[in-house]
Amino acid sequence: MGWEIDPILVTLVLVNLLLLGGSRLVTCIRLVAVQGVLLGILALLVQVGWSPTRAVLLAGGSVLLKGVVFPRLLSRALRGAEIRREMEPYVGYTPSVLLGLAMLALTVWVSSRLTLPLPAASHLLVPVALFTTLTGLFLIVARRKAITQVLGYLVLENGIVTFGIALSHEAPLSVELGVLLDVFVAILVMGIIVHNIREDFDHIDTDRLASLKD
Amino acid sequence: MLILLALALPTLAGLAAFVVRGDRLRRWVLVGTACGHLALVAAMWVRRPRPLWGDWLVIDALGLLLLSITSVLFAVASAYALGYLDREGHQPHRDFEEGKLFSDAPEARFVGCLLLFLACMTLVASTQHMGLLWVAIEATTLASAPLIAFHRHHRSLEATWKYILICSVGIALALLGTFFVAVSAARPGGESSSMLLADLMSEATRLNRGWLEAGFILLLVGYGTKMGLAPLHTWLPDAHAEAPSVASALLSGALLNCALLGILRSQQLLTAAGLAPFGQRLLVVLGLVSMAWAAVFVIRQTDFKRLLAYSSVEHMGIVALGVGLGGAATFGALLQAVNHSLVKGMLFLVSGNLLAAYRSKSTRAVRGAVRALPVSGVLWVAGLFAITGSPPFGTFLSELAVLKGAIDGGRWWVAAAYLGLLAAVFAGMGRIMLRMAQGEPGEGVVPARREAWSAVLPPLILLGLALMLGVWVPRWLAELIASAGQVVGGGPWRV
Repeated sequence: MGWEIDPILVTLVLVNLLLLGGSRLVTCIRLVAVQGVLLGILALLVQVGWSPTRAVLLAGGSVLLKGVVFPRLLSRALRGAEIRREMEPYVGYTPSVLLGLAMLALTVWVSSRLTLPLPAASHLLVPVALFTTLTGLFLIVARRKAITQVLGYLVLENGIVTFGIALSHEAPLSVELGVLLDVFVAILVMGIIVHNIREDFDHIDTDRLASLKD
Repeated sequence: MLILLALALPTLAGLAAFVVRGDRLRRWVLVGTACGHLALVAAMWVRRPRPLWGDWLVIDALGLLLLSITSVLFAVASAYALGYLDREGHQPHRDFEEGKLFSDAPEARFVGCLLLFLACMTLVASTQHMGLLWVAIEATTLASAPLIAFHRHHRSLEATWKYILICSVGIALALLGTFFVAVSAARPGGESSSMLLADLMSEATRLNRGWLEAGFILLLVGYGTKMGLAPLHTWLPDAHAEAPSVASALLSGALLNCALLGILRSQQLLTAAGLAPFGQRLLVVLGLVSMAWAAVFVIRQTDFKRLLAYSSVEHMGIVALGVGLGGAATFGALLQAVNHSLVKGMLFLVSGNLLAAYRSKSTRAVRGAVRALPVSGVLWVAGLFAITGSPPFGTFLSELAVLKGAIDGGRWWVAAAYLGLLAAVFAGMGRIMLRMAQGEPGEGVVPARREAWSAVLPPLILLGLALMLGVWVPRWLAELIASAGQVVGGGPWRV
């Protein structure tokens, strides 16, 4: 099965690197949407042998939410604002990409040392899942704009779900749907808060949200 | 059946609260649901409900204990909310820190989210499936975020943002940890095992050790963020300080316990796998770090709601420490969780009364609370002694049990650090809170001859319960706590 899913996994890695180097918010939102769609296809390919209805349901839900609903929600939170780019991130774009490559090397090395008690669909799955998770965490800490941090959260979650797809074939449908529902509500609430922050503060720079401290 | 009812009642009432038009009706839906939920939980004590849905929903001793605390606190808080929402009204308010006008979020949203929050917490307490547990704990975060943003001003928005982002990221790591545990349970043939706690525990000795330990660390970090263990607690003071006092009471008294349950379930698994010391060591370290961190920030605190929030960090540290020490300390830790919920819930409700009278959260602005607010002022002082573990309150007994656990285990350094930190927090909180209670109220504070019943009776009930647990722990409660403690590696407790 590796030959079908490896191209998807490689594309996921490329999307992560593009996200690390991308400054236009609209592009980043689209990239994360692409990642969500890829993840849906991945779920379909890996799980269709196990239980077709369940695979179609999950893949469909994932593609619909992550590919269509989330980008709309996040674009709406930005609408009317003069915010186009992530200006002055804590870590610049070129260093981010270089760090991303380092993280990729690290995850490949770590995964080669892990012994999986399960046969995975592809030997690339674990390193790609861990790399996506790390990319998400990195985006959350290295970027200033609230919206980019929400995207980072989504990437983090995508990475973890990739891991789940790879390894826990039989996680019950209700749990997987519950996870999807939670993520949906999380993005909805975050989108609303970003919108309110923008209206109230006229910016979404999280480093300037600093009135609460000891 | 009882479990389903306890889940369905707040869910349906919560959804109904969004559409009900009349304020009065909606508030009574809140109180009625809270009382109904309490009655259902009481019925579970009489007859433990049977497992449902192939053991997915099981009320065990640990679950019942935390569900009961949640239900009691919610019932009391909803009675307080009745008066609070009435006093709050619908007109815009002047923000006493920045002087701007702000309005509240729609009341329907507040009440609806409160009820859905209760439903999510009920699910946390009643599920035995590690995946569903994660879904439920994340759902508590989402249902409670709008509660923090009730007052629509800059600071609450900032607090909500930090809360939802930090907790969601933390809990996402717990999901990764859950998957790691699933990997550890995979059979050699590639078959994956079920994620039901009972199934995992029955074959615990077979679990892959490396994956299980890595999974536990992720679960501890993830749920520990939500529970407010230092240094992962950074969202907690902001959220507790900016939420309306009713919501702060529930966040501190009920929500933190839900995250604690996530950690206890993970520890339960480690214990069954014979790896209990691995988790216990980590819990002792995190517990002491939390206590120390909280002590530093308590001593130099200038905002009384943040003071209470840091005290929650301290108490979660005590609970983690107690579970980590094992033996008699586990009993102490669980009793401490009960006591903390009662006392901290009460203190947050009283802080709401102080805030309404003085219109400031600054510890310097509040003087002479005993004169200005005869009931709330006295409750504030009593709460100080209750929260710092003085006799005759229940916290004294539970903190003593944790100390006994440390000494029984011959861990003198831990015992010494624990006592030293308790004393530091006592001194810090005592200085600030007594100063607020004593003296003459400043200009512009009108002494209230009579405080509203709905504002003082709920905290009074909670204080009464905390006092009762100090002089008399009912046999049924002690037995429940003992059997809850045993599953996480605790030992017997004899007074």
